[in-house]
Amino acid sequence: MAAELHVELVAADRSVWSGEATLVVARTTSGDIGVMPGHQPLLGVLESGPVTIRTTDGGTVVAAVHGGFISFADNKLSLLAEIAELSDEIDVQRAERALERAKSDADASAERRADVRLRAAAAR
Amino acid sequence: MGAQLRVYKRRIRSVTATKKITKAMEMIAASRVVKAQRKVAASTPYATELTRAVTAVGTGSNTKHPLTTESENPTRAAVLLLTSDRGLAGAFNSNAIKAAEQLTERLRAEGKEVDTYIVGRRGASHYNFRERKIAEQWTGFTDEPSYGDAKKVAAPLIEAIEKETADGGVDELHIVYTEFVSMMTQTAVDSRLLPLRLEEVAEETSAKGEILPLFDFEPSAEDVLDALLPRYVESRIYNALLQSAASKHAATRRAMKSATDNAGELINTLSRLANAARQAEITQEISEIVGGSAALADANAGSDR
Repeated sequence: MAAELHVELVAADRSVWSGEATLVVARTTSGDIGVMPGHQPLLGVLESGPVTIRTTDGGTVVAAVHGGFISFADNKLSLLAEIAELSDEIDVQRAERALERAKSDADASAERRADVRLRAAAAR
Repeated sequence: MGAQLRVYKRRIRSVTATKKITKAMEMIAASRVVKAQRKVAASTPYATELTRAVTAVGTGSNTKHPLTTESENPTRAAVLLLTSDRGLAGAFNSNAIKAAEQLTERLRAEGKEVDTYIVGRRGASHYNFRERKIAEQWTGFTDEPSYGDAKKVAAPLIEAIEKETADGGVDELHIVYTEFVSMMTQTAVDSRLLPLRLEEVAEETSAKGEILPLFDFEPSAEDVLDALLPRYVESRIYNALLQSAASKHAATRRAMKSATDNAGELINTLSRLANAARQAEITQEISEIVGGSAALADANAGSDR
Protein backbone atom coordinates (compact mmCIF):
# COMPACT_ATOMS: atom_id res chain seq x y z
CA MET A 1 0.00 0.00 0.00
CA ALA A 2 1.33 3.37 -0.95
CA ALA A 3 1.85 5.78 1.89
CA GLU A 4 -1.09 8.11 2.35
CA LEU A 5 -2.21 10.86 4.61
CA HIS A 6 -5.64 11.81 5.82
CA VAL A 7 -6.82 15.27 4.81
CA GLU A 8 -9.55 17.33 6.43
CA LEU A 9 -10.44 20.55 4.67
CA VAL A 10 -12.75 22.51 6.95
CA ALA A 11 -14.30 25.93 6.61
CA ALA A 12 -15.65 27.88 9.57
CA ASP A 13 -19.20 26.68 9.10
CA ARG A 14 -18.84 23.29 7.43
CA SER A 15 -16.52 20.47 6.54
CA VAL A 16 -15.60 20.91 2.87
CA TRP A 17 -13.67 17.79 1.92
CA SER A 18 -12.03 14.88 3.68
CA GLY A 19 -10.26 11.81 2.42
CA GLU A 20 -6.93 10.12 1.77
CA ALA A 21 -4.24 11.78 -0.28
CA THR A 22 -0.63 11.29 -1.35
CA LEU A 23 0.33 14.93 -1.77
CA VAL A 24 -1.06 18.27 -0.69
CA VAL A 25 0.25 21.56 -2.02
CA ALA A 26 -0.77 24.77 -0.31
CA ARG A 27 0.47 28.33 -0.23
CA THR A 28 1.77 29.59 3.11
CA THR A 29 2.92 33.11 3.85
CA SER A 30 6.49 32.05 3.15
CA GLY A 31 5.82 30.24 -0.12
CA ASP A 32 4.23 27.13 -1.53
CA ILE A 33 4.60 24.03 0.57
CA GLY A 34 4.08 20.43 -0.39
CA VAL A 35 3.18 17.88 2.26
CA MET A 36 3.63 14.16 1.69
CA PRO A 37 3.00 11.29 4.10
CA GLY A 38 5.45 11.20 6.96
CA HIS A 39 6.17 14.92 6.88
CA GLN A 40 7.48 16.54 10.03
CA PRO A 41 4.71 17.98 12.26
CA LEU A 42 3.92 21.36 10.81
CA LEU A 43 1.77 24.36 11.61
CA GLY A 44 1.65 27.20 9.14
CA VAL A 45 -0.34 30.25 8.12
CA LEU A 46 -2.01 30.03 4.71
CA GLU A 47 -2.24 32.78 2.15
CA SER A 48 -5.35 32.91 0.06
CA GLY A 49 -4.63 30.70 -2.88
CA PRO A 50 -5.52 27.41 -4.47
CA VAL A 51 -4.86 24.19 -2.55
CA THR A 52 -4.15 21.09 -4.60
CA ILE A 53 -4.82 17.67 -3.12
CA ARG A 54 -3.67 14.59 -5.03
CA THR A 55 -5.91 11.77 -3.86
CA THR A 56 -4.81 8.15 -3.52
CA ASP A 57 -6.93 7.05 -6.49
CA GLY A 58 -4.99 9.37 -8.78
CA GLY A 59 -7.52 12.17 -8.89
CA THR A 60 -6.91 15.79 -8.05
CA VAL A 61 -9.00 18.00 -5.83
CA VAL A 62 -8.50 21.74 -6.11
CA ALA A 63 -9.98 24.18 -3.65
CA ALA A 64 -9.86 27.94 -3.29
CA VAL A 65 -8.88 28.83 0.27
CA HIS A 66 -9.02 32.33 1.68
CA GLY A 67 -6.72 32.67 4.65
CA GLY A 68 -6.38 30.05 7.34
CA PHE A 69 -3.99 27.45 8.65
CA ILE A 70 -2.37 24.21 7.71
CA SER A 71 -1.51 21.75 10.42
CA PHE A 72 0.04 18.34 10.00
CA ALA A 73 0.72 15.69 12.64
CA ASP A 74 0.48 11.88 12.82
CA ASN A 75 -0.18 11.64 9.07
CA LYS A 76 -3.27 13.79 9.54
CA LEU A 77 -3.43 17.04 7.70
CA SER A 78 -5.95 19.74 8.58
CA LEU A 79 -6.57 22.71 6.39
CA LEU A 80 -8.54 25.32 8.32
CA ALA A 81 -9.99 28.19 6.40
CA GLU A 82 -12.59 30.81 7.09
CA ILE A 83 -13.83 30.34 3.55
CA ALA A 84 -13.00 27.34 1.39
CA GLU A 85 -14.62 26.22 -1.83
CA LEU A 86 -13.95 23.21 -4.01
CA SER A 87 -13.18 24.11 -7.60
CA ASP A 88 -16.41 22.58 -8.92
CA GLU A 89 -18.45 24.61 -6.44
CA ILE A 90 -17.10 27.85 -7.83
CA ASP A 91 -19.37 29.85 -10.07
CA VAL A 92 -16.90 31.00 -12.74
CA GLN A 93 -19.15 33.68 -14.20
CA ARG A 94 -19.82 35.13 -10.81
CA ALA A 95 -16.12 35.16 -9.96
CA GLU A 96 -15.37 36.90 -13.27
CA ARG A 97 -17.98 39.52 -12.55
CA ALA A 98 -16.54 39.96 -9.06
CA LEU A 99 -13.07 40.37 -10.56
CA GLU A 100 -14.29 43.07 -12.95
CA ARG A 101 -16.05 44.86 -10.16
CA ALA A 102 -13.06 44.62 -7.84
CA LYS A 103 -10.79 45.99 -10.56
CA SER A 104 -13.02 48.97 -11.21
CA ASP A 105 -13.39 49.63 -7.47
CA ALA A 106 -9.66 49.14 -6.92
CA ASP A 107 -10.47 46.73 -4.08
CA ALA A 108 -7.25 44.73 -3.81
CA SER A 109 -8.46 42.03 -1.42
CA ALA A 110 -11.69 41.38 -3.36
CA GLU A 111 -9.65 41.24 -6.56
CA ARG A 112 -7.32 38.66 -5.07
CA ARG A 113 -10.22 36.57 -3.78
CA ALA A 114 -11.85 36.54 -7.21
CA ASP A 115 -8.51 35.77 -8.83
CA VAL A 116 -7.89 32.82 -6.52
CA ARG A 117 -11.34 31.46 -7.30
CA LEU A 118 -10.77 31.72 -11.03
CA ARG A 119 -7.37 30.05 -10.84
CA ALA A 120 -8.78 27.21 -8.75
CA ALA A 121 -11.65 26.80 -11.19
CA ALA A 122 -9.25 26.79 -14.16
CA ALA A 123 -7.17 24.03 -12.55
CA ARG A 124 -9.98 21.50 -12.29
CA MET B 1 -79.12 33.34 23.81
CA GLY B 2 -78.46 34.81 27.20
CA ALA B 3 -75.91 37.57 27.74
CA GLN B 4 -73.78 35.39 29.99
CA LEU B 5 -73.56 32.59 27.46
CA ARG B 6 -72.66 35.02 24.67
CA VAL B 7 -69.76 36.42 26.68
CA TYR B 8 -68.36 32.93 27.29
CA LYS B 9 -68.70 31.98 23.64
CA ARG B 10 -66.82 35.11 22.59
CA ARG B 11 -63.97 34.45 25.00
CA ILE B 12 -63.67 30.84 23.83
CA ARG B 13 -63.40 32.04 20.25
CA SER B 14 -60.65 34.52 21.11
CA VAL B 15 -58.65 32.01 23.17
CA THR B 16 -58.93 29.46 20.35
CA ALA B 17 -57.46 31.98 17.93
CA THR B 18 -54.56 32.69 20.32
CA LYS B 19 -53.98 28.98 20.78
CA LYS B 20 -53.66 28.51 17.03
CA ILE B 21 -51.01 31.22 16.88
CA THR B 22 -48.96 29.89 19.79
CA LYS B 23 -49.18 26.37 18.39
CA ALA B 24 -47.81 27.60 15.06
CA MET B 25 -45.00 29.49 16.81
CA GLU B 26 -44.15 26.40 18.83
CA MET B 27 -43.79 24.32 15.70
CA ILE B 28 -41.74 26.94 13.88
CA ALA B 29 -39.39 27.21 16.87
CA ALA B 30 -39.07 23.42 17.07
CA SER B 31 -37.95 23.19 13.46
CA ARG B 32 -35.52 26.09 13.97
CA VAL B 33 -33.92 24.42 16.99
CA VAL B 34 -33.04 21.43 14.84
CA LYS B 35 -31.58 23.70 12.17
CA ALA B 36 -29.58 25.67 14.73
CA GLN B 37 -28.28 22.48 16.33
CA ARG B 38 -27.14 21.29 12.92
CA LYS B 39 -25.22 24.53 12.46
CA VAL B 40 -23.55 24.09 15.84
CA ALA B 41 -22.50 20.59 14.79
CA ALA B 42 -21.23 21.84 11.41
CA SER B 43 -19.01 24.42 13.06
CA THR B 44 -17.48 21.93 15.50
CA PRO B 45 -14.69 20.48 13.26
CA TYR B 46 -13.25 23.94 12.64
CA ALA B 47 -13.43 24.84 16.34
CA THR B 48 -11.74 21.61 17.50
CA GLU B 49 -8.97 21.84 14.90
CA LEU B 50 -8.37 25.45 15.83
CA THR B 51 -8.27 24.64 19.54
CA ARG B 52 -5.77 21.89 18.81
CA ALA B 53 -3.60 24.29 16.86
CA VAL B 54 -3.73 26.93 19.61
CA THR B 55 -2.75 24.34 22.18
CA ALA B 56 0.05 23.14 19.96
CA VAL B 57 1.57 26.60 19.71
CA GLY B 58 0.87 27.40 23.34
CA THR B 59 2.50 24.28 24.71
CA GLY B 60 5.07 23.70 21.95
CA SER B 61 6.77 27.05 22.19
CA ASN B 62 7.61 29.62 24.81
CA THR B 63 6.13 32.41 22.80
CA LYS B 64 4.67 35.29 24.73
CA HIS B 65 1.76 37.04 23.14
CA PRO B 66 -0.39 39.90 24.45
CA LEU B 67 -3.47 37.72 24.03
CA THR B 68 -2.15 34.93 26.23
CA THR B 69 -0.32 36.84 28.95
CA GLU B 70 -2.23 38.12 31.92
CA SER B 71 -1.83 41.76 32.75
CA GLU B 72 -0.35 42.24 36.22
CA ASN B 73 -3.08 44.50 37.44
CA PRO B 74 -5.99 44.44 35.03
CA THR B 75 -8.04 47.64 35.21
CA ARG B 76 -10.49 47.33 32.34
CA ALA B 77 -12.56 44.45 31.10
CA ALA B 78 -14.90 44.02 28.17
CA VAL B 79 -18.08 41.99 28.56
CA LEU B 80 -19.85 40.68 25.48
CA LEU B 81 -23.50 39.84 26.17
CA LEU B 82 -25.45 37.72 23.72
CA THR B 83 -29.24 38.15 23.78
CA SER B 84 -31.90 37.79 21.11
CA ASP B 85 -33.66 40.34 18.93
CA ARG B 86 -37.11 39.07 19.71
CA GLY B 87 -38.83 38.10 22.93
CA LEU B 88 -41.53 35.48 23.55
CA ALA B 89 -38.85 33.16 24.81
CA GLY B 90 -39.67 32.88 28.49
CA ALA B 91 -36.79 33.84 30.77
CA PHE B 92 -34.15 33.44 28.04
CA ASN B 93 -33.12 37.09 27.78
CA SER B 94 -33.57 38.02 31.42
CA ASN B 95 -31.38 35.08 32.47
CA ALA B 96 -28.58 36.16 30.14
CA ILE B 97 -28.87 39.76 31.29
CA LYS B 98 -28.87 38.70 34.92
CA ALA B 99 -25.71 36.64 34.38
CA ALA B 100 -24.05 39.62 32.69
CA GLU B 101 -25.00 41.87 35.58
CA GLN B 102 -23.59 39.46 38.13
CA LEU B 103 -20.35 39.23 36.15
CA THR B 104 -20.14 43.02 35.86
CA GLU B 105 -20.68 43.32 39.59
CA ARG B 106 -17.92 40.78 40.27
CA LEU B 107 -15.49 42.51 37.93
CA ARG B 108 -16.25 45.90 39.51
CA ALA B 109 -15.62 44.40 42.94
CA GLU B 110 -12.20 43.33 41.65
CA GLY B 111 -11.55 46.96 40.77
CA LYS B 112 -12.01 46.76 37.02
CA GLU B 113 -13.87 49.12 34.78
CA VAL B 114 -16.35 47.31 32.57
CA ASP B 115 -17.18 48.03 28.92
CA THR B 116 -20.33 46.31 27.76
CA TYR B 117 -20.79 45.06 24.20
CA ILE B 118 -24.22 43.72 23.35
CA VAL B 119 -25.63 41.51 20.63
CA GLY B 120 -29.42 41.48 20.25
CA ARG B 121 -32.10 44.12 20.57
CA ARG B 122 -33.46 42.80 23.89
CA GLY B 123 -30.21 43.28 25.77
CA ALA B 124 -29.58 46.66 24.15
CA SER B 125 -33.02 47.99 25.05
CA HIS B 126 -32.63 46.72 28.62
CA TYR B 127 -29.40 48.72 28.98
CA ASN B 128 -30.70 51.76 27.10
CA PHE B 129 -33.80 51.92 29.30
CA ARG B 130 -31.59 52.07 32.38
CA GLU B 131 -29.36 54.59 30.63
CA ARG B 132 -26.26 52.45 31.01
CA LYS B 133 -23.42 52.91 28.59
CA ILE B 134 -23.03 50.38 25.78
CA ALA B 135 -19.66 50.33 24.06
CA GLU B 136 -21.08 48.79 20.91
CA GLN B 137 -24.17 46.87 19.89
CA TRP B 138 -25.21 44.65 17.01
CA THR B 139 -28.69 43.53 16.02
CA GLY B 140 -30.44 41.71 13.23
CA PHE B 141 -28.72 38.34 13.00
CA THR B 142 -29.39 36.58 16.30
CA ASP B 143 -31.82 34.05 14.82
CA GLU B 144 -29.38 32.76 12.24
CA PRO B 145 -25.86 34.04 12.82
CA SER B 146 -23.27 33.54 10.07
CA TYR B 147 -19.51 33.43 10.42
CA GLY B 148 -19.35 36.90 8.90
CA ASP B 149 -21.49 38.19 11.78
CA ALA B 150 -19.12 36.63 14.30
CA LYS B 151 -16.20 38.37 12.56
CA LYS B 152 -18.06 41.66 12.71
CA VAL B 153 -18.61 41.26 16.46
CA ALA B 154 -15.07 40.05 17.13
CA ALA B 155 -13.25 42.82 15.23
CA PRO B 156 -13.74 45.73 17.69
CA LEU B 157 -13.18 43.40 20.65
CA ILE B 158 -9.85 42.18 19.34
CA GLU B 159 -8.92 45.75 18.52
CA ALA B 160 -9.79 46.83 22.07
CA ILE B 161 -7.72 44.09 23.65
CA GLU B 162 -4.70 44.84 21.48
CA LYS B 163 -4.75 48.52 22.44
CA GLU B 164 -2.91 49.73 25.50
CA THR B 165 -5.17 50.07 28.51
CA ALA B 166 -4.24 53.71 28.86
CA ASP B 167 -5.54 54.43 25.33
CA GLY B 168 -8.94 52.94 26.06
CA GLY B 169 -8.03 49.32 25.50
CA VAL B 170 -9.09 46.47 27.74
CA ASP B 171 -7.15 43.79 29.60
CA GLU B 172 -9.75 41.08 29.65
CA LEU B 173 -12.55 39.84 27.47
CA HIS B 174 -15.51 38.00 28.93
CA ILE B 175 -18.47 36.56 27.10
CA VAL B 176 -21.95 35.85 28.48
CA TYR B 177 -24.14 33.55 26.43
CA THR B 178 -26.77 30.87 26.84
CA GLU B 179 -25.33 27.41 26.58
CA PHE B 180 -27.47 24.85 24.81
CA VAL B 181 -27.35 21.81 27.09
CA SER B 182 -30.39 19.99 25.77
CA MET B 183 -33.85 20.69 24.41
CA MET B 184 -35.09 21.19 27.96
CA THR B 185 -32.07 22.84 29.58
CA GLN B 186 -30.32 26.02 28.56
CA THR B 187 -28.13 27.82 31.04
CA ALA B 188 -26.69 31.31 30.91
CA VAL B 189 -22.93 31.06 31.41
CA ASP B 190 -20.04 33.47 31.45
CA SER B 191 -16.52 32.63 30.47
CA ARG B 192 -13.26 34.47 29.97
CA LEU B 193 -12.08 34.42 26.39
CA LEU B 194 -8.93 36.46 26.81
CA PRO B 195 -6.28 36.38 28.06
CA LEU B 196 -6.30 32.76 27.11
CA ARG B 197 -5.73 30.19 29.80
CA LEU B 198 -3.66 27.77 27.78
CA GLU B 199 -3.80 25.14 30.48
CA GLU B 200 -7.58 25.06 30.23
CA VAL B 201 -7.50 24.81 26.47
CA ALA B 202 -4.89 22.08 26.77
CA GLU B 203 -7.09 20.17 29.20
CA GLU B 204 -9.97 20.27 26.74
CA THR B 205 -7.94 18.59 24.03
CA SER B 206 -5.79 16.28 26.11
CA ALA B 207 -8.95 14.83 27.63
CA LYS B 208 -8.98 12.65 24.56
CA GLY B 209 -5.59 11.34 25.61
CA GLU B 210 -3.46 12.59 22.76
CA ILE B 211 0.05 13.89 23.12
CA LEU B 212 0.82 16.82 20.90
CA PRO B 213 3.91 16.44 18.75
CA LEU B 214 6.60 19.06 18.40
CA PHE B 215 5.50 21.26 15.55
CA ASP B 216 7.56 23.00 12.94
CA PHE B 217 6.14 26.51 12.64
CA GLU B 218 5.84 28.21 9.32
CA PRO B 219 6.93 31.06 9.17
CA SER B 220 7.51 31.32 12.96
CA ALA B 221 5.73 30.52 16.20
CA GLU B 222 5.03 34.21 16.86
CA ASP B 223 3.51 34.77 13.44
CA VAL B 224 1.40 31.65 13.68
CA LEU B 225 0.12 32.69 17.08
CA ASP B 226 -0.54 36.21 15.79
CA ALA B 227 -2.71 34.84 13.04
CA LEU B 228 -4.23 32.07 15.11
CA LEU B 229 -5.55 33.88 18.17
CA PRO B 230 -7.94 36.32 16.46
CA ARG B 231 -9.36 33.38 14.49
CA TYR B 232 -9.71 31.48 17.75
CA VAL B 233 -11.66 34.33 19.33
CA GLU B 234 -13.86 34.61 16.23
CA SER B 235 -14.57 30.92 16.26
CA ARG B 236 -15.44 31.00 19.97
CA ILE B 237 -17.78 33.93 19.44
CA TYR B 238 -19.32 32.17 16.43
CA ASN B 239 -19.92 29.07 18.53
CA ALA B 240 -21.46 31.17 21.33
CA LEU B 241 -23.73 32.94 18.82
CA LEU B 242 -24.90 29.62 17.41
CA GLN B 243 -25.53 28.12 20.85
CA SER B 244 -27.36 31.23 21.92
CA ALA B 245 -29.55 31.03 18.80
CA ALA B 246 -30.31 27.36 19.42
CA SER B 247 -31.12 28.10 23.07
CA LYS B 248 -33.39 30.98 22.10
CA HIS B 249 -35.38 28.77 19.76
CA ALA B 250 -35.61 26.04 22.39
CA ALA B 251 -36.79 28.59 24.97
CA THR B 252 -39.37 29.95 22.53
CA ARG B 253 -40.60 26.45 21.82
CA ARG B 254 -41.03 25.76 25.52
CA ALA B 255 -42.71 29.09 26.25
CA MET B 256 -45.09 28.62 23.33
CA LYS B 257 -45.82 25.05 24.37
CA SER B 258 -46.90 26.14 27.83
CA ALA B 259 -48.90 29.00 26.30
CA THR B 260 -50.69 26.48 24.07
CA ASP B 261 -51.32 24.18 27.03
CA ASN B 262 -52.67 27.07 29.10
CA ALA B 263 -54.94 28.14 26.27
CA GLY B 264 -56.27 24.58 26.03
CA GLU B 265 -57.01 24.55 29.75
CA LEU B 266 -58.67 27.94 29.56
CA ILE B 267 -60.87 26.73 26.71
CA ASN B 268 -61.90 23.71 28.80
CA THR B 269 -62.81 25.84 31.81
CA LEU B 270 -64.68 28.34 29.68
CA SER B 271 -66.67 25.66 27.87
CA ARG B 272 -67.71 24.14 31.21
CA LEU B 273 -68.84 27.56 32.38
CA ALA B 274 -70.64 28.11 29.09
CA ASN B 275 -72.36 24.72 29.43
CA ALA B 276 -73.42 25.55 32.98
CA ALA B 277 -74.74 28.92 31.81
CA ARG B 278 -76.70 27.28 29.00
CA GLN B 279 -78.11 24.70 31.40
CA ALA B 280 -79.08 27.38 33.87
CA GLU B 281 -80.84 29.25 31.09
CA ILE B 282 -82.82 26.15 30.09
CA THR B 283 -83.73 25.40 33.70
CA GLN B 284 -84.90 28.93 34.12
CA GLU B 285 -86.99 28.76 30.97
CA ILE B 286 -88.62 25.49 32.13
CA SER B 287 -89.42 26.86 35.54
CA GLU B 288 -90.83 29.97 33.92
CA ILE B 289 -93.09 27.87 31.67
CA VAL B 290 -94.15 25.61 34.54
CA GLY B 291 -94.74 28.56 36.80
CA GLY B 292 -96.67 30.37 34.09
CA SER B 293 -98.93 27.43 33.30
CA ALA B 294 -99.54 26.80 37.01
CA ALA B 295 -100.53 30.42 37.43
CA LEU B 296 -102.84 30.16 34.42
CA ALA B 297 -104.40 26.95 35.78
CA ASP B 298 -104.96 28.64 39.15
CA ALA B 299 -106.57 31.65 37.48
CA ASN B 300 -108.83 29.41 35.32
CA ALA B 301 -109.86 27.33 38.35
CA GLY B 302 -110.90 30.57 40.07
CA SER B 303 -113.03 31.84 37.14
CA ASP B 304 -114.80 28.48 36.66
CA ARG B 305 -116.48 28.62 39.95
